[in-house]
Amino acid sequence: MQLTNRSKQVSNKEMTLAEKMYLPAITKGLGITLKHFFLKKATKPYPDVKTYLGPVFRGHHVLKRDEQGRERCTACGLCAVACPAEAISMVAAERTKGQETLYREEKYAAVYEINMLRCIFCGLCEEACPKQAIYLRHDRFVPVFSDRDEVIYGKDKLVEKSDDRYVRTNPNVQVTPTEPSLSRSVS
Amino acid sequence: MDLTIFIVKSIIILAVFGISLLIATYSTYVERKVAAFMQDRIGPDRAGPWGLLQPIADAGKMFFKEDFIPAQASKWLFILGPALAMLTALMSSAVIPFGDTIRFDNYEIPVQGIEINIGVLYIFGVVSLGVYGVMVGGWASNNKFSLLGAIRAASQNISYEVALGLSIIAILMMSGSLSVRAIVEQQAEAGFLGWNVFTQPLGFIIFLTCSFAECNRTPFDLPECETELVGGYHTEYSSMKLGFYLFAEYINMFVSSAFISSLYFGGYHYPFMEQISNALTNSLGSVTGHNVATAIGTVVFFGKIFFFIFFFMWVRWTVPRFRYDQLMNLGWKILIPLSVLNIIVSASGLLFNGMKYASWLIVIVATVLAVMSNSRAPKGQVSPQRS
Repeated sequence: MQLTNRSKQVSNKEMTLAEKMYLPAITKGLGITLKHFFLKKATKPYPDVKTYLGPVFRGHHVLKRDEQGRERCTACGLCAVACPAEAISMVAAERTKGQETLYREEKYAAVYEINMLRCIFCGLCEEACPKQAIYLRHDRFVPVFSDRDEVIYGKDKLVEKSDDRYVRTNPNVQVTPTEPSLSRSVS
Repeated sequence: MDLTIFIVKSIIILAVFGISLLIATYSTYVERKVAAFMQDRIGPDRAGPWGLLQPIADAGKMFFKEDFIPAQASKWLFILGPALAMLTALMSSAVIPFGDTIRFDNYEIPVQGIEINIGVLYIFGVVSLGVYGVMVGGWASNNKFSLLGAIRAASQNISYEVALGLSIIAILMMSGSLSVRAIVEQQAEAGFLGWNVFTQPLGFIIFLTCSFAECNRTPFDLPECETELVGGYHTEYSSMKLGFYLFAEYINMFVSSAFISSLYFGGYHYPFMEQISNALTNSLGSVTGHNVATAIGTVVFFGKIFFFIFFFMWVRWTVPRFRYDQLMNLGWKILIPLSVLNIIVSASGLLFNGMKYASWLIVIVATVLAVMSNSRAPKGQVSPQRS
């Protein structure tokens, strides 16, 4: 099986005197290592420089608001059904008079929780949602937790902040948008 | 001895001591950086700017580790081992001439720990004592791997010391002295093309190879090869005792770089040294001018030393480790006969008409033979191996 075209046939032939002296080969090797000394480094100093993960990366969940700032989620439960890890749970409630500016539909999620220890970031909730309410953002990781109490994310952490809207197709975002400020909408 | 001379000497000795410790400390950092750069990595860059505080962090780590002595080990010898390695490593820098002379009032003091007329012998003696540190430590650990590493170190040092000694006999014949300073001055008199690396190319290659072996550096780091012997002679060591062993290795590297530079690369001599020194003494006076010229020479010498330290690391990340039989074959069957041949050829060159460049004859003949054998070798007949 040939994996690359860089493989070389080895042989047991008798070495010539030049090869037995090692020195030409060692000089050649020194040249190669010296070349690599000045080459561009492959490593990135991670916490300082972050790699752009692409527009389809599935990271932190976000519950979207619509253009008027109303929560889109209607607590239909399709995401919870679609979730293969059973990480999502919610409690529905009916919108009362005067809450029209808060919730888009007549029914909304009073409680919406995702267990981040169960979540496998498959993105099936995103596909199942008929209201385009839940997304996995491409620019932010779910941070490391050190305590089981931090594991369940409620609406406080999931609902999009009005002043920090998430837009996946932001044309400004081409480089390392793991920095949150870069992915904010232009408006 | 006069009190002022005594004080100046003490300052020089303390400075040499401090500088060799400092260089050894930062060699660990440079080694990691060089290794990283040659492997397309960045290397340590978290501690301080560019990771410059990394050696201090490493030393702190070493000090806070548990200082463990195995129950079955011979306790005092176990402690003696690293101490001996460190002691001999530090002792050997005493006779290296780091510069010309410092002049003040009417004293003229060489920039050197001690000027003795058997400097080369002194270094050889101390360096061969250095292997006792490794031997004692490995043996006292009461561990088979450590013992094997120690035995390897001993036999390797014995084998390569022969070639090491023989390779510089040609230099001693030319300089007629065993004093390192005399050898450097003889090269300075002969000028740039009179540096021993140009008169003794073969001797230089042999000496360089052997000093790699004496320092236990790759490709000859068999005493501590981690793939076969866990950690070699320092398997059982931890904390600052291990630190001493590693430190001693880096000091040895520094001293051999200094020794190579002074034996083969003219020490503190650099091209046009006479003219520059004359110009300085004319413009600044015979005291200040002379001292400034000495300082320039010392800086040049340290430049050469740093190059060789870099070269040690460069080779380490280029050439893989030899097998043990290859090591012994190279030492006994190639290097020793070659150095004897080198002695004979350069001695006859010197005897007949004072030709110093006679040793080039061997190099030329070897090159011609190599090229001929290469062109005569069958080409394109590589039969694939089946495994």
